[in-house]
Amino acid sequence: MNANKHSLRRTCLYVSGANPANMLQAGFYNEDCLVYDLEDSVPVSEKDAARHLVYMTLRHHRPKNKYILIRINGLDSPFIEEDLEAAVRARPDAIRIPKVECAHEVQRVAARITQIEAQAGIEANSIALWCNIESYLGVLRAGEIASADPRVTALALGAEDFTASMQARRTKAGLEIFYARNAVLLACRAAGINAIDAVFSDIHDIEGLREDAALTRNLGFNGKTVVHPNQIDIVNAFFTPSEKEITYALRVLDALEEGERAGKGAITLDGGMIDKPMELRAQTTLAQAEAAGCIIEKGGQYAI
Amino acid sequence: MDVVNTAIAGSMESGDVLFEVDHSVGLSITIDSIVGALFLEDIEQSVRAVLAEFGVENAAVRLHDKGALDCVIRARARAAICSACNVRYDWKKEDAL
Repeated sequence: MNANKHSLRRTCLYVSGANPANMLQAGFYNEDCLVYDLEDSVPVSEKDAARHLVYMTLRHHRPKNKYILIRINGLDSPFIEEDLEAAVRARPDAIRIPKVECAHEVQRVAARITQIEAQAGIEANSIALWCNIESYLGVLRAGEIASADPRVTALALGAEDFTASMQARRTKAGLEIFYARNAVLLACRAAGINAIDAVFSDIHDIEGLREDAALTRNLGFNGKTVVHPNQIDIVNAFFTPSEKEITYALRVLDALEEGERAGKGAITLDGGMIDKPMELRAQTTLAQAEAAGCIIEKGGQYAI
Repeated sequence: MDVVNTAIAGSMESGDVLFEVDHSVGLSITIDSIVGALFLEDIEQSVRAVLAEFGVENAAVRLHDKGALDCVIRARARAAICSACNVRYDWKKEDAL
């Protein structure tokens, strides 16, 4: 499993496992994570064919430098066993489970993955789990799901199904999912895993997407699921630290280093004291900037 | 393995292949491909390899290829053959590869 918590998870693009041309193209965009879907985007009559297609594509044309996921069908579907048999052997970085509602479901999948890894001679625990939280029960139990198994490295909120389960109306402002967003985030932070925000469904509303991505970023999410290539660069930009943020982070860390060298108890910057959260935020900012391709050198120099 | 149904997998969309399997005595393979001038032999070789993998010796196979990659052709072949022979794919076979 990828242990680097600062690896980028800004954008997760879904691509249907039923469409080979889209699957091939999807590897050429700028998304950090690519999700090959066996679930909603695949008609029931094509489930078997999609499983073969995703498996063969990942074994022979796996995109480089991307975090690869396979979304399997639901745990109560008749496809789950064959999906796991194929998905584990395709060796993705993670398997994304839809509509998770309790820790037991995650543990069931994790146990089955362990068995298949052993049978197939795949390194144990090499495949992570991402859990889609898409119902009020999932939101209420986000904490137990996030810490259900060491394989779980992210929770991803699914807003459309969640609002349907709540009998709520989905709006662009997103007040109806504000609690769910925060509940998922809190669960992820408590478990030390990534939090991935819901899709912004209107692919033609770029301004709406910007507002939504800004809110998501400000709340603290690590990234968003996207459903169209046009959404990728816009969302990536919100989750990449800005020039101002990088400069400030470098100044915070330089001031700390200098203060420690001078043996100061309290270290200040611009008249304010630097506390532990500021140091942590600065370190996270620089790690995200580096992961996004910024070259940062000591002494405040960097290039994008 | 015996073909017991007529089965189709894939589509006529660009980058895909429509793979049809039907009953027959003996093996016949018909390939209509937009890249046939360059890759006809390679495509036929892949199809024969997948048929051999399943032990299918009696079938009429037709491909309408719209420039599918080899892995797509093999994936569609596997799906169509499993459906035509009414079997579930044994994923454990992959462990030996």
